[in-house]
Amino acid sequence: MRRIVAHEQYCIGCRLCEIHCLVQHSRSKKIIKAFRDERDAIVPGVQVEESGAVSFALQCRHCDEAPCIEACMTGAMHRDSQTGAVLCDQERCVGCWMCIMVCPVGAIRRGPERHVASKCDLCLGEDYPACVANCPNEAIVLEEDDG
Amino acid sequence: MFPNGKDISGCAISGIMSGDRTPIGGERVIRSIAVMHDRSNGLGGGFAAYGIYPEHGDQYAVHLMCDDGAAKKAAEDVILARSHLFHDEPIPTRPVRVIRHRPLLHRYFIRIKDEELATNYDMTEDDLVVSLVMEINSHVDGAFVFSSGKDMGVFKGVGYPEDIGEFFRLEEYKAHVWIAHGRFPTNTTGWWGGAHPFGLLDWAVVHNGEISSYGINRRYLANFGYHCTLRTDTEVIAYLFDLLIRKHGLPIRAACTAMAPPFWSQIERMPAEERELARALRVVYGGALLNGPFSVVVGHSKGMIALNDRIKLRPMAAAREGEMLYVASEEAAIRAVCPAPDVLWHARGGVPIIGEFGKVRGLGPRPALARMTAAS
Amino acid sequence: MSTSTEEPNQRIEPRKWLIEPDFIVERDPDRCVQCQVCVRQCANDVHEYDPETGLVSSDSSTCVGCHRCATLCPTGAISIRRSELEFRPHGNWTAQALRDIYKQAETGGVLLSGMGNDGPLPVYWDRLLLNASQVTNPSIDPLREPMELLTHLGRKPDSVRVAGNGGPVSTATELAPQLMLRVPVMFSAMSYGSISYNASMALARAAKEAGTFANSGEGGLHRDIRPHGENMIVQVASGRFGVDTEYLNLAAAVEIKIGQGAKPGIGGHLPGEKVDGAVSATRMIPEGTDALSPAPHHDIYSIEDLRQLIYAIKEATRYRKPVAVKIAAVHNVAAIASGCVRAGADIVALDGYRGGTGAAPTMIRNNVGIPIEFALAAVDSRLREEGIRNQASIVVAGGFRNSADVVKAIALGADAVYIATAALVAMGCHLCQKCYTGKCNWGIATQDPYLTRRLNPNIATRRLVNLLRGWALEMKEMMGGMGINAVESLRGNRDHLRGVGLTDRELEILEVEPAGR
Repeated sequence: MRRIVAHEQYCIGCRLCEIHCLVQHSRSKKIIKAFRDERDAIVPGVQVEESGAVSFALQCRHCDEAPCIEACMTGAMHRDSQTGAVLCDQERCVGCWMCIMVCPVGAIRRGPERHVASKCDLCLGEDYPACVANCPNEAIVLEEDDG
Repeated sequence: MFPNGKDISGCAISGIMSGDRTPIGGERVIRSIAVMHDRSNGLGGGFAAYGIYPEHGDQYAVHLMCDDGAAKKAAEDVILARSHLFHDEPIPTRPVRVIRHRPLLHRYFIRIKDEELATNYDMTEDDLVVSLVMEINSHVDGAFVFSSGKDMGVFKGVGYPEDIGEFFRLEEYKAHVWIAHGRFPTNTTGWWGGAHPFGLLDWAVVHNGEISSYGINRRYLANFGYHCTLRTDTEVIAYLFDLLIRKHGLPIRAACTAMAPPFWSQIERMPAEERELARALRVVYGGALLNGPFSVVVGHSKGMIALNDRIKLRPMAAAREGEMLYVASEEAAIRAVCPAPDVLWHARGGVPIIGEFGKVRGLGPRPALARMTAAS
Repeated sequence: MSTSTEEPNQRIEPRKWLIEPDFIVERDPDRCVQCQVCVRQCANDVHEYDPETGLVSSDSSTCVGCHRCATLCPTGAISIRRSELEFRPHGNWTAQALRDIYKQAETGGVLLSGMGNDGPLPVYWDRLLLNASQVTNPSIDPLREPMELLTHLGRKPDSVRVAGNGGPVSTATELAPQLMLRVPVMFSAMSYGSISYNASMALARAAKEAGTFANSGEGGLHRDIRPHGENMIVQVASGRFGVDTEYLNLAAAVEIKIGQGAKPGIGGHLPGEKVDGAVSATRMIPEGTDALSPAPHHDIYSIEDLRQLIYAIKEATRYRKPVAVKIAAVHNVAAIASGCVRAGADIVALDGYRGGTGAAPTMIRNNVGIPIEFALAAVDSRLREEGIRNQASIVVAGGFRNSADVVKAIALGADAVYIATAALVAMGCHLCQKCYTGKCNWGIATQDPYLTRRLNPNIATRRLVNLLRGWALEMKEMMGGMGINAVESLRGNRDHLRGVGLTDRELEILEVEPAGR
């Protein structure tokens, strides 16, 4: 399955990954409209962790053994059989946030509406994840993991 | 300083060599070059012949063309100052109506004076003759030395080659190497000095093509004392042969490799020793590389050389019959004088055809790049 | 009660009122989405986000015109314009002349600039035009026929002696060591310290990939870059930073830097802000101190001293590497170059007055030195006149912008061209000329870890290799157009150049005919 890998030595802390993740997951998919109308309604699946001059983009690792799937009480958190990605079914999520509690890297965040969990969905259906395609310094790259 | 309006060299060349020195009459080469009449435009034609002055065989035969008597006198002063004159006479000609403007044509048989040799002890007699020629061509207005070898001579002018041949009565000469040229100039249209062959000492060159590297070849040669005064790119070819073979002592094949080298990609695939030599020649002789399309035939005291540019942009047919070697721009020009050769082929780009006395029988089309030997 | 009426007790750092902004930053309110990328990316604190209003605003006074914010802005909302504070037009007192005085009045210092001479004197490359073949000579198609750019730099003998007795021949002449370049363009000296580690690494890697060489500059060679030594030329400059036998021997060639085009006559200058731990270790100087190279080499006061140093280096490297000498283009450059060749230099590098630098006094950068076009013509002609042109290769530098400049330089007589500014621009530099501050927003001319990460060496290497590749293809097209298929036939072939807009005297010095002849 394809995996997003961060190279923290090249991350410049610009947060364009967060911006384009938001745009990709908006209704309009146009940046100006998305920021004007939907900025508060979407939580990007990627977030830049920063400390001094060190930073890197963090998103869901789509773990082979995912604690969030174990912890999910409605089965909203599930694994897509074709790609191996861990996805959250927004219709089933009730906002209990157990996934947030158990995620070992802190990649899941509270969504604004209905409090559903928001996390990276690998931009399935697109050629490339929006964060990878728009990083100006190739600090996030796509790699194939045959494991 | 440097010429305006460099001339373009075209367009018909021919060469005949007798490998066992059987004398060949001038009418044969005239017949050959006349077949290619349409390659010229009548504004230049010329010949070089080897073995034509046996009674003066040890003297330098200096052919001089002058606009007028004053120029001739000035040139003669230079000649007499430095050399001992054995004999001189006007070059015999016959009236030919179509040859209009005719300069004064004279020949001198000389050897450099002993005092000159003693003063210039770091120069050979050949070097001093070259220096004499350069002096006249650069500094005596209206006079040009167009031949300066031993037992050979260049005959050239403005006109179709067959007319020039008739003018100079070439059927009266018997030579063991003949080279001939017909010209299609676009610049210096009326100037006798611009016709081919270009000669220096024993070297005579006829050339079909244009040397796009002329600008650097000329500057490279200037380093070694050769001054290009004849406003035609062919001049550098003659001087390069003299420099590389006579002065630097390169074998003929190595000199041709320097002037028309194989590509680096070909050099990489050569066996180690050959590769090292090819690389050294290319690295050292960058200024001698001749770029642009060319077919040249070079006459010299030891035979005849034919060479094409390395991407073969000009024609060169070659043929052998017994010990006779023929090269020409067209097969028809060869068959006009040799209807049934033993073998006929077309030269490969960058691979010289080297005619040597006694060894013509060995020539023929060769596969790939022949290995260089010390003898050639 | 205060008694003094003349000098206040507490000196407040006076504000520099006279210094005006150079640029105006404009933000299109219809496009700005307050994403704050510009805030995060400007090292000069031009942009600011106010959480109370939720808006981003800009203070143009510190903008240096580097375009970092405009390039990364995801909506293209930012434009940068020259300051609109217009002066009354004046032929002598230009806006720049006035601003220079305001700056000096407020600071009392030497005006410093980065990069090369930005003055309005003519670029002579733009006054030289190239030939093409037609009718009498076919042009050659580089996509279908071989077109050779391979170049060898180094000392060459006059002739080759061929040995062999009847069997296969071989070379009796042993060639002096040569640098083999796949394309006649190399990366010029940029010291580690003036540029970042990532930039240095990218130049070394790109040189290797493209089959050419990168010059280390006078900052020594960082340990991580040493494995690329086969494609490096190391510099021995007046400060001798980082010079030891290991340094000399791991490189392909050694260059003695006598001068550089940006500041002839004075030495290098690296401000202390840019000397961090790694730079300090590589240069062998204390952290935070200014690295000031002395003006002359203090062991080269005359030409014979240079000969001594050249041969000392040849001995130290066992005569296995070419030794180059780099000089700035000044008035009697032809004589100096000839002297260098006779002193044993295998390569002479000429740096013209447009050459770049990390830091130079503006007055020297803009007023000292001569254009490389004339220097090159003069040196090539002089060496040929003296019959020593083959003893050293000529490499030229100083503001080469494109492949046409390179082709013209080779036609004038150069063996190869050094590029530095062009390489930095390829990596992202926008020529804001503030390299000496150490706040390069593109991560090139800085050691600040927050900024150096911005230059990903993988991307930078790729861009440099792309640049060389594009130039090589263009050069082949131009050569093919001239009916030439080997660079040896272009080198020094001034017949393929024609001049426009040049005086008779200039044409004479260049030995180039005017267009129409």
